[in-house]
Amino acid sequence: MARQTALTVKGNMATALGAKLCRPHVVPAYPITPSTLFPEKMSEYIADGELKASMIRVESEHSAMSACIGASATGARVCTASASQGIALMHEMLFIAAGMRLPIVMAVGNRALSAPINIWADHQDTMASRDCGWLQFFAERNQEGLDLMIMAFRIAEDERVLLPAMVGIDAFVLTHTMEGVQVPAQEDVDDFLPPYTPKHGVLDPAHPATFGSFGTPEVYQEFKYMQTRALEDSPAVIDQVFDDFERRFGRRYSRITPYRCEDADVVLLTMGSMTGTARAAVDELREQGEKAGLAKLTVFRPFPGDQLKEIAGHVPGLAVVDRNISPGFGGAVFAEAAGTFVNERQRPLIKNFITGLGGREIFKENIKDMYHRTKQAVEAGRVDQPVEWVNLNREVLP
Amino acid sequence: MSRQGEERELFAPGHRMCAGCAEGIAVRNILKEAGPHTIAAIATGCLEVVSTAYPQTAWEIPVIHAAFENAASVAAGVEVALRELGRKEGVNVMAFAGDGGTFDIGFQALSGMLERGHDVTYVCLDNEAYMNTGIQRCSSTPWGASTTTSPPGSCSKGESQPKKPLAAICAAHDIPYAATATVAYIKDLRRKVRKALDTEGPAFLHVFTPCPTGWRHGSDDSVELSRLAVETGVFVLWEAVDGDICNLKVTYKPKKRKPVAEYLKKQRRFGHLTDEDIQRIQQEVDEKWEKLED
Repeated sequence: MARQTALTVKGNMATALGAKLCRPHVVPAYPITPSTLFPEKMSEYIADGELKASMIRVESEHSAMSACIGASATGARVCTASASQGIALMHEMLFIAAGMRLPIVMAVGNRALSAPINIWADHQDTMASRDCGWLQFFAERNQEGLDLMIMAFRIAEDERVLLPAMVGIDAFVLTHTMEGVQVPAQEDVDDFLPPYTPKHGVLDPAHPATFGSFGTPEVYQEFKYMQTRALEDSPAVIDQVFDDFERRFGRRYSRITPYRCEDADVVLLTMGSMTGTARAAVDELREQGEKAGLAKLTVFRPFPGDQLKEIAGHVPGLAVVDRNISPGFGGAVFAEAAGTFVNERQRPLIKNFITGLGGREIFKENIKDMYHRTKQAVEAGRVDQPVEWVNLNREVLP
Repeated sequence: MSRQGEERELFAPGHRMCAGCAEGIAVRNILKEAGPHTIAAIATGCLEVVSTAYPQTAWEIPVIHAAFENAASVAAGVEVALRELGRKEGVNVMAFAGDGGTFDIGFQALSGMLERGHDVTYVCLDNEAYMNTGIQRCSSTPWGASTTTSPPGSCSKGESQPKKPLAAICAAHDIPYAATATVAYIKDLRRKVRKALDTEGPAFLHVFTPCPTGWRHGSDDSVELSRLAVETGVFVLWEAVDGDICNLKVTYKPKKRKPVAEYLKKQRRFGHLTDEDIQRIQQEVDEKWEKLED
């Protein structure tokens, strides 16, 4: 097994360390809470000669992603970081990065969207980017943030994929919290992630080509189909890369990771840092004789419906915990989970819990409450209220 | 890059520009001067729509189009990537955008690119309104012009605001080179393109390009209107080195300025203006030149 160095770092530094090990050529970035430490660390690595690369200290997130697109189309390995309003501002360019099949990697400090303005943990920013065509990864811990950055480059740059990828770490809970991480050695990462050598052509006067053409109705749909197929077919590559990473670095990743699900009555589906709390709650429920299980979603896009069916298809109840809200329907993960089972004969009753918005704390007791409410629905044989808000302070509501 | 006798056509015929479009004349000549060792980022707009419909392209150089407001940022990414990859030597990086993509929606990205000092030559092809979307008013539109969002009427004389002095604003970023040019003066245009490309760091070229469709003039009048804009003093050909906008160098001074009416009356976008309105424009042009000659 590869030699690794133990460090205690904040989540932003973990993603920055992961990015540095990937030797990006160009890092266009704009500061935004809670991601700012990422461009700061990258600037330091470059200033200290630890990384040979160029920062572009752009004047907006829109220009950050625009410069990523220009640099990536020129053949450079490119990464950036952003969050919340920044991701909303670059929304237009997220679609274009994916449509142009550019393997840009972005570290995200998952944060709520205004209004009211709020800088704390929330998945709304990346959920609102769901349809942009990016691979979307979520980390539970800082170690996952570091590892997923490295794996994201390899998956994104794979000729079978060629799509941009974002790696989400929850605002403050991870971005600003110190945790121990194992940092792979540079030579081992170099071996895992070869230099980016695009075979599909780059901006080069020796081979002139037009990038970002105008697509008429005769061709647009085919472009979108090919792009969608690349994302939908990417699990084969993702699983291969997860396996190879485990073989080299000893840490196992899955698109969904089950925990105590085998005989469960209710499985909780979680994403991001809330998973640690949910795992502790599941352990306590088990001690009380409750048959609780947990499924951690690491890859949100492409949505791992195949693995969710395997894990939860035979389970009576599924409780989907969403740290985001699609007003007028429910949580984004709930919609995906419900869609996954819509044509299945054997499927769980599904309840959706909206919680943790704008940094609202998610406690073990909240998780246990979700378990019990889902269990009640299972016992009743029906779901009266599919979407419930958890930990609402009803005293301040009109 | 180009030497005499080696010139190549790098903007191919067969594109879908309107008959008489001055942008085509401008781009063709700019690329001839820039030569094949050039990469361009282009903004959404007339130029992009007419030249890149898949699977065809009018571009014989590598070109990238991403969106409307960010040709400057995309070009910045290209330039930095070329440096990091060791491929910048001998390669020009350019950006092309219309007036909407430069004066208005692309202004922030342009300002950032200029301020950061990228070695990019940014060309604004100015036809004084949003022509690609159907002749809407822009901050480049001159006072009195009729557009679909500044129509003359009983309560309106057409566009109510003067044209934004964009090239001077760009020069005021203390960039090494900023200049204005137009298609009736090709030698002047090409000399400025060469100077912009040979200058290390950012350069801004404001190229005035008459638009028969939007200005409603004859398609054979584009070059003539380009000339009249200069001869009447409405559009001034100048250059500024190292941001010295107090010492603009006028590169072509009409011996005796023609009356602005000669320029205005050839365009139906000004057809509603009264003699008094034309006199107002004449006075503004006269005052502008008094300042220039100070």
